[in-house]
Amino acid sequence: MAGIEIRSLRKYFGDLHAVDGVDLSIRDGEFLVLLGSSGSGKTTLLRMIAGLERPTSGEIHIGDQRVDGDVPPRARGIAMVFQSYALYPHRTVFQNIAFPLEASRTPRKQIEEKVRWAAEMFSISRYLDRYPRQLSGGERQRVALCRALVRDPKVFLLDEPLANLDAKLRNTARDDLKRFQRQIQTTTVYVTHDQVEAMGLGDRIVVMEHGKVRQIGTPQEVYEDPVDTFVATFVGQPPMNLLDTGDPSLPPRTLTGFRPEHFLPKSVFGAAEELRTFRFAVRRVEYLGSDRYVYGSVAGSGAPTSDATIIAKLPATIALAIPEGETHEFAVPRRALRYFDPETGLRRKG
Amino acid sequence: MTRVLPPRRTFADREDLLGAVMLGPALAYVILLVGVPFAFAIVLGFSNATAGSLSFGWAGLDNYVAILGDPIFLRALRNSVVVTVGSQVLVVVLATAAAQVFRATFRGKRFARFVLLLPWAVPVSLAAIAWTWIFDSTFSVINWTLKAAGLLHGWLYWLGDPALALFAIIIVQAWRIFPFATVIVLAGLSSIPQEIVEAAIVDGAGFWRRLFRVELPLLLPVVAVAVLFGVVYTATDLGVVYILTGGGPANTTHVLPTLAFQRGILGADLGQGAAIAVFLLPFLIVVAIGMLRLAHRTEVGGAR
Repeated sequence: MAGIEIRSLRKYFGDLHAVDGVDLSIRDGEFLVLLGSSGSGKTTLLRMIAGLERPTSGEIHIGDQRVDGDVPPRARGIAMVFQSYALYPHRTVFQNIAFPLEASRTPRKQIEEKVRWAAEMFSISRYLDRYPRQLSGGERQRVALCRALVRDPKVFLLDEPLANLDAKLRNTARDDLKRFQRQIQTTTVYVTHDQVEAMGLGDRIVVMEHGKVRQIGTPQEVYEDPVDTFVATFVGQPPMNLLDTGDPSLPPRTLTGFRPEHFLPKSVFGAAEELRTFRFAVRRVEYLGSDRYVYGSVAGSGAPTSDATIIAKLPATIALAIPEGETHEFAVPRRALRYFDPETGLRRKG
Repeated sequence: MTRVLPPRRTFADREDLLGAVMLGPALAYVILLVGVPFAFAIVLGFSNATAGSLSFGWAGLDNYVAILGDPIFLRALRNSVVVTVGSQVLVVVLATAAAQVFRATFRGKRFARFVLLLPWAVPVSLAAIAWTWIFDSTFSVINWTLKAAGLLHGWLYWLGDPALALFAIIIVQAWRIFPFATVIVLAGLSSIPQEIVEAAIVDGAGFWRRLFRVELPLLLPVVAVAVLFGVVYTATDLGVVYILTGGGPANTTHVLPTLAFQRGILGADLGQGAAIAVFLLPFLIVVAIGMLRLAHRTEVGGAR
């Protein structure tokens, strides 16, 4: 068990600054998710913690051991699960799980016990004699987790382990993963580009972009209080609406942001709610079963960005008819409004 | 878009016809230049045909009975096996090691790769002549080098001593196949997914464990193919032995192809020459099937 300390970590590939000065403090037992699009540096950061990539500069501490520099992966007390699972195709499931134990010269009897214990934990005991190719994606993923588990690592490093599963399986796999991590309470760093995974799994989320950390916080903090427009639009599906309302009560040139689920027909709000109302010209309504997405633009605000597409997300509990091509009175509760500086993208209090 | 496509199937659409037409020349070539002589050799092996005469009589198994009772043939058979197995063992070890070297990036890699491939591109006879100098009884560079280094006190008659001569032949055969095998193993190495190698690193496997427990098992199908080629090339090669030793001294270093050439062409006994030449065929077929099975099995047991 150990936390991880990362100080001004950088990794340059020639001119490409893959990781560009990251400071991060990961608590013992925490489930930390690195969230970012491809090329954001999240995988490179993970690989540096693993020791597969050497930092250009900066420090990495795992527990009380400094590991950047010459400490090889095997001496770092880490275990890693790869996106492709990277199972050894010529070895049976048993031999796959046993591999790290063989490498650490564990006595044969102990290997046997540990492999069976881990296989039991992920309910893959009946597959121990099969080869990876004979397993489904979900089973392979659990074998990969088993192989990571038997090492008793101080830290789990997971690189998009659910990305290759189909959507249905991903939900149960996510649940299994979270329960498993709660049970063994090992510090876990999890890389993903999927914000639903990040929100669902992470104790805290690190949002990365261009090698830099944009925001660190609980899923709730990242979602409700994004520090800038990047986080505001990257997290959340559909993303946060941003527009310059030209509201005279605000400082000039201020972007107003609100989540689609807060943007609802005015009639559904109670009288006590303090509202900001908009004239919403509806272009198209998308029926998605549990929700309706309403696409349109905010008319009459007079601001240059007013023709941008604004999305409202109406839960199925609102049965109100929204005809396409008409303008409706929509509103956002004032407490749900967020303000940003259009130049820097940073959050403005107010 | 004004071009109108022909409304009916053209010749190019008829895959059945097109296939036959395109395959034809290759098939004719193989049948005429490989199949016919091959079948003819098998027939000759059961005949008493000689060069310089048109008579052709059925001899049954006489030729085979004769060669099986011939100590020179038995020796040649043994030599063929020793040279083939010996050189291929050497090739597998060297090619695996060389592939590891060539996987790394270093200055002059392209030049090194070019040099590596040279032995493969050089005509066998030319190379063998160079090797006769290296193994020469008087001028052998190996001997002079060992002497200068103080490692050799007597003198090695490389091609004059049957055991040394056989060893020399093994070296030359290995040298000849080695570049090809290295290229094949390199290709095999690069086909191993990077994540599997990294998983092994993270799992705590050192260089040797990675090599023997992960990379080599995954390379097995590819190595089997390289060995299969090597076995066929070596077992059927005439030039190296013919130029290096000519089968001497005293017929002790013959392999089956040189003996077949000597008996069948130089000695004019076509029947016996053919019998010797064909003798190895069943064994080569067994080896080939075994190797391909092995490659297939590991592929099926392995592939993603």
